[in-house]
Amino acid sequence: MDLMIEITIFVLAAFVGFEVISKVPTTLHTPLMSQTNAIHGIVMLGGLIVVGFANDPLEQIIGVIAIAFGTINVVGGFMVTDRMLGMFSRKPKPKAEGDGKDSS
Amino acid sequence: MIAPAVLEPGGDASIALYIVAFSLFILGVRRGTHPTTAKQGNLIAAAGMAIAVVTTLLLDGIGNWGLIIGGLAIGTAVGVVASIRVQMTEMPQMVALYNGVGGGAVALIAWSEIRHGISLGEEIPLDELIPILFAAVVGSVSFWGSNIAFAKLQDLIPTRPLAVPGQQVINALLLIGIVAACVNLAINNDDPSQALFVAVLIAAGVLGNLVVLPIGGADMPVVISLLNAFTGLSAAAAGFALDNVALIVAGTLVGSSGTILTMEMATAMNRSVGNVLFAGFGGAPSGGGGSTEERPHTSIGAQDAAIKLAYADSVVIVPGYGLAVAQAQHAIKEVGDELEKRGITVNYAIHPVAGRMPGHMNVLLAEADVPYEQLKEMEEINPEMSRTDVAVVVGANDVTNPAAKNDPNSPIAGMPIIEVDEAQQVIVIKRSLSPGFAGIDNDLFYEPNTSMLFADAKQAAADIAAEIQNL
Repeated sequence: MDLMIEITIFVLAAFVGFEVISKVPTTLHTPLMSQTNAIHGIVMLGGLIVVGFANDPLEQIIGVIAIAFGTINVVGGFMVTDRMLGMFSRKPKPKAEGDGKDSS
Repeated sequence: MIAPAVLEPGGDASIALYIVAFSLFILGVRRGTHPTTAKQGNLIAAAGMAIAVVTTLLLDGIGNWGLIIGGLAIGTAVGVVASIRVQMTEMPQMVALYNGVGGGAVALIAWSEIRHGISLGEEIPLDELIPILFAAVVGSVSFWGSNIAFAKLQDLIPTRPLAVPGQQVINALLLIGIVAACVNLAINNDDPSQALFVAVLIAAGVLGNLVVLPIGGADMPVVISLLNAFTGLSAAAAGFALDNVALIVAGTLVGSSGTILTMEMATAMNRSVGNVLFAGFGGAPSGGGGSTEERPHTSIGAQDAAIKLAYADSVVIVPGYGLAVAQAQHAIKEVGDELEKRGITVNYAIHPVAGRMPGHMNVLLAEADVPYEQLKEMEEINPEMSRTDVAVVVGANDVTNPAAKNDPNSPIAGMPIIEVDEAQQVIVIKRSLSPGFAGIDNDLFYEPNTSMLFADAKQAAADIAAEIQNL
């Protein structure tokens, strides 16, 4: 891909990132950090590409470790975020009076 | 198995799928900023990741399936087991660890790419080599820095700021050395030295260690968030090197959103990011160091505490890291329930950085089924404090220290605090008078209207709940 196109994509993505995160309630700081943390586990794609096209043994070993690391980052990151956010989901209460809806 | 040779690398079909994937990331993060949609947002982002991974596996020419599946299997197994086993209290260090392996992956990919380039025996184009070098340095810093953050939060190494004399000079020299080596590698891009590249990886690792070691435990959330943003940027750099649009967008997204998140966290602590990185907390001042034991304080037992609470009209509970360590969230909820049965108003005051990460306390209290409406943020509860009969501080310390607003020389001067000292009475449940992460004495403990209940938070809360029942 053309370098300038890549740089264009980079700059636009940077602005999207700035815009998307605005006024986050403190409650969600940790889960959100954890979620974005899982997203940068996308580097595992790099590992897949490296191993997928590697012939040299050391390159393969490095690549497999990279895949494993990246996968831990992705799988663990999303699961841990899900567990954290699961704590916020309202558990059905026995004597709930038409709960939800107007909570905000 | 998945049939290989379907998508052309860089072809329209693969890029189209990557576009779907990163759109889901953006949507997922967007939803992650609202309490009602956060869980869904996380799942959307995870779906995007699944699409990105499958797309990559379908690329034409991908081989070594045994190795790929092995790597995926190991990573999945470790990730799943670790996520299920981890205690809610240990979430911050878990995030640090996951961030670290992500950075490690970036550094390893960079190494592998440069090896590949060298083995081809041709000149490595600079628009590929420079991102590789950036990814290597930042990835390595992030890996080692995150590991130190993990070790500090897990109490494997002291959480106090560890300062090495001449630290800043050493760091600066290391950084200059790294940049010089990178310039050398870039100039000799027809045959860069692999040994020099590995030296750069190692030097960056040492730098990662040295930068995080002097930072105190209280500042760790900001550091982890910053390293998170760094790892994102390094992933984007890897995307430039590999010409992979999904990596560029996702990495950049994390880099920029992570930067904003870091600044929001730092603001919540009234610290600037530069301050966190370059000024060790709790270095010299605070004066009263040796006299800690001498200062008079009032110590009470569970029964006295129960009586104070049971005859109050309004009670505010201020949780801190001690609550997390003692796993006292259920016991403290019970105290709250007992008080509510008596018609007492009970609220929980959450300091933005109580615990070791913003939102840490909310997660714990939500786990114990404390109703969301009772969780009050600092700005909301502080005006109520003077009308509060009893404030109960459970394992919190620095975030209640009145020195932050009274003593301009205090290292935490200006940090917003929960103003429990405004309440009629204060009960502090704590194991000892020892200082918190900032490493400074808490004047609150010696106020005339403060009673200290020296005990493990969980035990103390259980005792108080039982005593209230007996009244």
